Amino acid sequence: MDLLNAFITLSNFVLIPAIAYGSQLALGALGVTLIYGILRFSNFAHGDTMAFGTMATILITWGFQSVGISAGPLPTALLALPFGIAVCAALILATDRGVYRFYRTQKAKPIIFVMVSLGVMFIMNGLVRFIIGPNDQRFADGERFIISVRTFKAMTGLDEGLAIRTTQGITVVTAIIVVALLFYFLNRTRTGKSMRAYSDNEDLALLSGINPERVVMVTWLIVAALATVAGVLYGLDKSFKPFVYFQLLLPIFASAIVGGLGSPIGAIAGGFTIAFSEVMITYAWKKVAGYALPEALAPDGLAQLLSTDYKFAVSFVILLIVLLFRPTGLFAGKSV
Amino acid sequence: MTDTTRNTLYFAFIAVLIIGTGMMTSWNLAITIMNFGLISAIMALGVNLQWGFAGLFNVGIMGFVALGGLATVLISMPPVGEAWAAGGLRVILSLILGAATIVGAILAYGALPKGRIRTIGMLVILIAGFFIYRAVFDGGVQAVEAVNPANAGYLGGLGLPVLLAWPVGGVLAAGAAWIIGKTALGLRSDYLAIATLGIAEIIIAILKNEDWLARGVKNVVGLPRPAPYEIDLQNSATFVERASGLGLDPVTASTLWVKTIYAGLFTVVLLILFLLAQRALHSPWGRMMRAIRDNEVAAEAMGKDVTARHLQIFVLGSAICGIAGAMMTTLDGQLTPGTYQPLRFTFLVWVMVIVGGSGSNLGAVLGGFLIWWLWVMVEPIGLWVMQTATSGMAEGFWLREHLLDSAAHMRLLTMGVVLLLVLRFSPRGLIPER
Repeated sequence: MDLLNAFITLSNFVLIPAIAYGSQLALGALGVTLIYGILRFSNFAHGDTMAFGTMATILITWGFQSVGISAGPLPTALLALPFGIAVCAALILATDRGVYRFYRTQKAKPIIFVMVSLGVMFIMNGLVRFIIGPNDQRFADGERFIISVRTFKAMTGLDEGLAIRTTQGITVVTAIIVVALLFYFLNRTRTGKSMRAYSDNEDLALLSGINPERVVMVTWLIVAALATVAGVLYGLDKSFKPFVYFQLLLPIFASAIVGGLGSPIGAIAGGFTIAFSEVMITYAWKKVAGYALPEALAPDGLAQLLSTDYKFAVSFVILLIVLLFRPTGLFAGKSV
Repeated sequence: MTDTTRNTLYFAFIAVLIIGTGMMTSWNLAITIMNFGLISAIMALGVNLQWGFAGLFNVGIMGFVALGGLATVLISMPPVGEAWAAGGLRVILSLILGAATIVGAILAYGALPKGRIRTIGMLVILIAGFFIYRAVFDGGVQAVEAVNPANAGYLGGLGLPVLLAWPVGGVLAAGAAWIIGKTALGLRSDYLAIATLGIAEIIIAILKNEDWLARGVKNVVGLPRPAPYEIDLQNSATFVERASGLGLDPVTASTLWVKTIYAGLFTVVLLILFLLAQRALHSPWGRMMRAIRDNEVAAEAMGKDVTARHLQIFVLGSAICGIAGAMMTTLDGQLTPGTYQPLRFTFLVWVMVIVGGSGSNLGAVLGGFLIWWLWVMVEPIGLWVMQTATSGMAEGFWLREHLLDSAAHMRLLTMGVVLLLVLRFSPRGLIPER
């Protein structure tokens, strides 16, 4: 019984939050990794792209709410999501036209692209703050819980409760759908195959008649969709604050590099690796240990390895370890 | 127009901007802009060393600047005796134990045969070391932070003259840069960017949360100053006399005088670093650096150790940022970890370097002054633009209110646009590298 309680506590505070967070990171890292594979640079504007897409979705959500459209028990933001993606895609395509294309035709070094993406980041960040302001915005509505602690306790009769928030459920389900669609697209459709060919060997792809501008455009569209979905899911699960999205850049990059830059499977594995390490290292294990260990061994303190303020340090240390020992990442991306 | 005339014109323009600000608004503001311009110019010199000489992309300037600020506290504040008695030695001991763990793991990595034994051995050392470190550390920190938390609660510094903190800030920043460079250099160029982005966030997180070190977000205020205090000047008869001789009231005169002293100190540091950077640029070493930047493969074929040279220049550039950080904290007279924003301390410096002209030291200095002036002035100008643009709208109209409220965010947009425009249309900057 105690072991079961320990497991429930663990699920409630570690497994479920980490799975939800991991899905969000994985979606973000997929975007970074796709840009890296096709356009060959690390996009520093990705966090702010997420923020922009989320902002567009929030504004549309508010519009829907004010005219009384809702999705019943689900958050209204899900209905607004396609429109948010469209707005974000429009901005990104405009950025590509106005900014990145010039450097592509010049065949500029990757580091110049990185620097340009820094400028884009500034502008997107400014736009977001200009339109919606720098403060916290909550936009989740609908049913709050799939299972609340009380119902779970009544159902099972255990001491410990388990809560699954609707947003966590939605995060996981949406992430699975999006990833399935993405892999279907990359592996089965003609455009997806041409993208992979372009990513593997640009010259050969050009020789076989693949239109590079089309590949790049499709990539940006997919990236806009991924970034907006990741941003909205994160915002629903926690809350929307522009600066937090900028800070997400570090765990997202860490995920993409841990998995191997340029490898989509790697981005997903990396996202979950980072999320689980972050949550497990900053979680206070006292309660779980109290149930799982015999009384004599139970810890006195919180049994927390690092305070939650250092959660970025976790992704950073993992990043350093990967760079030191396996710079190509778990799934041998195209690094170094 | 020769280069010299052009450069003279540029700097004359800066002088006009600063003097103009002084005449239009106040001399106090003008000299404040000048002081921060000097510090920005030093930061830009450091970044130019990394980017302009060697093509290294450092996105963690904020972290190195903050380490410089930390050095100011550690060097100049008087030690808190009670805290040292309560747990200071214990904290220091735990830090030594932590460092020993890492060194032990590295030694074990070298000594043990490759394979499973090595992995397990290292893990055992690291995990055991971590728990021992935490056991010693936690108690010490609690004891230190319990000492008079309202105005101490930390170990204090060494009580040495504050000017000594400037080189020490450079050394601290150099140490952090060495760790980052050792891991991330020699790989893809983007990796250094990501690693530095991370270290900056972590340094700020440490400054905010480790109260025993520098009081965290409770801030350390009242740092010793290299300049006299205004109130002492106002009480000194000779100073008041001299001020009235110039037709100034003593309060204004004292603030201006103190800021002028700072400006003098900063100018000396800037000149020294500028001359050194200039010498380095034109030495064989500088030529080698640029050769490596322009073609790593060719330089490597000529027998140059690219990774080692990159590490060297990365550490040097970060040290300069650390010095500038220590100077800035000295000027502020307080360490406030909450105010370190990547936008202000990392990306702004980048805009300075790019606009000024990467690879040219004079350009970095020019960019530092120019962009700093713009950064200070964009907000009032933005507000003015917004007021003009919305003057046709009705009072209390939502769009007008919103636009006026958002004028503060004009800075980001402006800096982003400036960066993109310069990169696109004048990638060599105002004073191009020769």
